[in-house]
Parts: sequence; structure tokens; C-alpha cells
Amino acid sequence: MSWTVFFVAIFSSMLINNVVLMKFLGVCPFLGVSKKTNSALGMSAAVMFVMVIAAFVSYLLYYLVLVPLEIEYVQTISFILIIASLVQLVEMIIKKVSKKLYKSLGVYIALITTNCAILGIAVENITSDFAGQYGLFPGLAVAVTTAFGAALGFGLVMFAFSSIRERLEGSNVPEAWKGVPVSLITAGIMALAFAGLGGIVG
Amino acid sequence: MSDVAKTKNVKKEMSRLANFTKGFFKENPVFVFLLGLCPALAVTGTVEASLGMGILVIFVLTSSNVVVSLIRKWIPHQIRVPSYIVIISTFVTIVGLLTEAYAYALHGELGIFIPLIVVNCLILGRAESYASKNKVHDAAIDGFGMGLGFLGALVVIGFFREFLSTGAIAYGVYLPLAETPGSIINIDSYVFSMDAFGQAPGGFLVIGLLLGIFNFVAILKRNKKERERQRMIEEKKRQALERKRQKAKEKAGANA
Repeated sequence: MSWTVFFVAIFSSMLINNVVLMKFLGVCPFLGVSKKTNSALGMSAAVMFVMVIAAFVSYLLYYLVLVPLEIEYVQTISFILIIASLVQLVEMIIKKVSKKLYKSLGVYIALITTNCAILGIAVENITSDFAGQYGLFPGLAVAVTTAFGAALGFGLVMFAFSSIRERLEGSNVPEAWKGVPVSLITAGIMALAFAGLGGIVG
Repeated sequence: MSDVAKTKNVKKEMSRLANFTKGFFKENPVFVFLLGLCPALAVTGTVEASLGMGILVIFVLTSSNVVVSLIRKWIPHQIRVPSYIVIISTFVTIVGLLTEAYAYALHGELGIFIPLIVVNCLILGRAESYASKNKVHDAAIDGFGMGLGFLGALVVIGFFREFLSTGAIAYGVYLPLAETPGSIINIDSYVFSMDAFGQAPGGFLVIGLLLGIFNFVAILKRNKKERERQRMIEEKKRQALERKRQKAKEKAGANA
């Protein structure tokens, strides 16, 4: 195993298999919290925080608890419970440690439980061979790196999309296409651009 | 049996029917409420995959609604959302294992989106806003109707995407619908096939365009209604004016 694996993990999960535009994970916050650039950035920071921790914990849980006990089929239930309690925990910790950070992230953290990107990345780390082929120890690092890259990709797309939406606000859009429809079409055009990156990493 | 009771019964039946059909158009989860957009974008590359996803969601939604409604009085208010999630993910696990056993091709096609039914906002939303407040049979009807609305929306999106990307509709690939797997309803051969609509960008584009068209139709209808109303008002004004004149004339005649 060489160090390039980490580079590939970040690059592919951030740009090529972008969570929002290529895998359609986390579309709800992508459309819901992207009206202003500030809130989009806050959401992405919160997602990055939770996604990395969730990937770490769920990977450990799978290989240290579910596999030895041969109960891999409760994966979905255990992961979603872990994520839900983790979100609560992170919220409490942030509230205790930094009031300022809580003020800017607190609203978004509560929304994260139903963000499918978190559960999606946690499940994908298990089902795809990319991290799983290295087993528990180096695999854990690869899984966390993948989650980090995915969160970076989420933040990148959120930032770009919210900037576009801020400009769209002042532009002359036909009455019927105002709001969500034009945003979806914008996202489609962005996805076309990202589709051009496909195939760079096998 | 009095007439009052009878009309009450009829009313109840009507409301039950309305409860069943409200998810089709008026409260369509995808096109009106924008709930469950992740699967609506991700698995609608083909009609059959959308159909399969819709069936799974109907099953999970109906059974989770029933169970949530059954135990709604015992769930403490503070931990209701985690308990709903546990109930939903139980059914999702069942569905996942069943598809893996009996429809393996579908399982492969839907992939990660089967466990992700857990975080489909539609299901949690119905549990929170309807099943936790209503009786079991109402919750079951609501779940089934909403699920059918979801399936309808998915199939519409899937139809456009598959047709635009391949120029044909294939059936029997993932679901046992045809004797020979991979039969095709050939609508326009492969003369114009736009691959992008089958891939990721197409999902956003097709839903965006469909939503825009629905809005456009709604606006046209509203404008027409508005014009009709305006015309009615003017007509009434004219009539009133005419009556006034008539009266004035009669008065003048009587005076003379």
C-alpha cells in the first residue's frame, strides 16, 4: 500500500464521484440551505465534522463488532443509530467547548441526521472494495480520508451553487421557473461539468 | 338508522378516499413537497429501477406507518424520532434482504439506495406528521396512497430519462415483467439518444424541467381563473348598471 491511495481517495471522492452531483447524496441540504453563501459554508463545515467522525466510528463498529459477531445485516440500523447519537453528542460538545462555533453551526447540526450523505458514505466505505481491501487498520485511514474528500466535495459544490443562486436572485427568470426549477437546472448543468471529470481515476 | 348518521358515514368514506388519493397530485411528495429527492434523482435512470424503488418505498412506508400508529401512545415524546428511525430501518433491512434474495438484479441496480431509504425524508415525515396522530387504518391508507404518489412521480421521471437517453423503454431487466429478460418497447429506435439524460446530470435537468412545466400549467390555470373572475365581476357591474337605468327610466315614465 502506497501513499498515493490517500491522494486517489481524496481526489476521486471530492471531484470525480462528487457526493451531490454524481451520487445524489445530500440533495436535500444542497437545495434547502444554499440560498446564502454563509449558511452554505456553515452547513458544509458541520457536514465535514460529522461525516469524518461517522466514517471513523462506523468503520470501527463494523469490523470490531458486527463482523466478529456475524451480524452484518443489522448494519443499517446500527449505523443510523450511531449517526443519530453522534450528531447529538457533537452538538453537546460544540455547545460546551465553543459558544461562538455553536452559534454558527448549531442550527445545521440538528439537520444532519437526515442527511443521506453521512449514512451513504458510511455504508459505501463498507460495501465498496476501495477501503475494505486493506482490512481494519490501513483501511480505517482510507475510509476516513474518503469521507474527508467527500465532505470537501460537498463544501465545494455547496459554495459554488450558493454563489450562483445569489446571482440568480437578481436575474430575470421566467415566472414558472423561479425558485426550485431553475436551481435544479443549474445543478444539472454543474453536474454536466463534473461528468467531464469522469474516468480520470479508474 | 337516521339520515344524519348515513351522511356522516358517506362523509367518512369520502374523506378516506381523499386521504388515499391526496398523495397522487395535490400533495405529491416529489413534485409538490420536494421530499425524497435523493432517490428520485438517483435511481430514475430507467423506468424499471424507478418502479422497483417505488414498490420498496410503498412497502416500507405502509408498514412503518402502521407500526408507528400502533405504538403511538407508548412512544415518549422526547425520543420519538429515534424510535421512528429504528422502526423504519427494521423494515428497510427486511426489504433489503428480500430484494437480495428474490430480485438480485434490482438489488444490484439500486445498490446503496436501499439502505438509504432509512433517511428518506418522506417516510420519516409521514411517521411524524400523520401516523403518530391517527388511527391504524387511516395511517395505512395514508402510507399506501403517499407511496403510490411517490411511485408515480418516480416512474414519470424514469420514463422521460430512459426515453431521452436510449430512445426506447426496456422491461424485464430488473423485475420479472417479461418472459425474455431485456425486452424493449421500441418507440423511436436509437435515432436520437442523449446519453447524459441517463446519467447524473439528466436527473437534475429532467426534474427541473418537469417542475417548471407543472408550474407553468398551474400559472396558466390561475391566470385563466383570474380572467374568468374579472369577467364575472364586470358582467355583474354591467347588469347592475342596466337595472339602475331601467329603474330610472321607469321612474321618469311614472313621473311623466
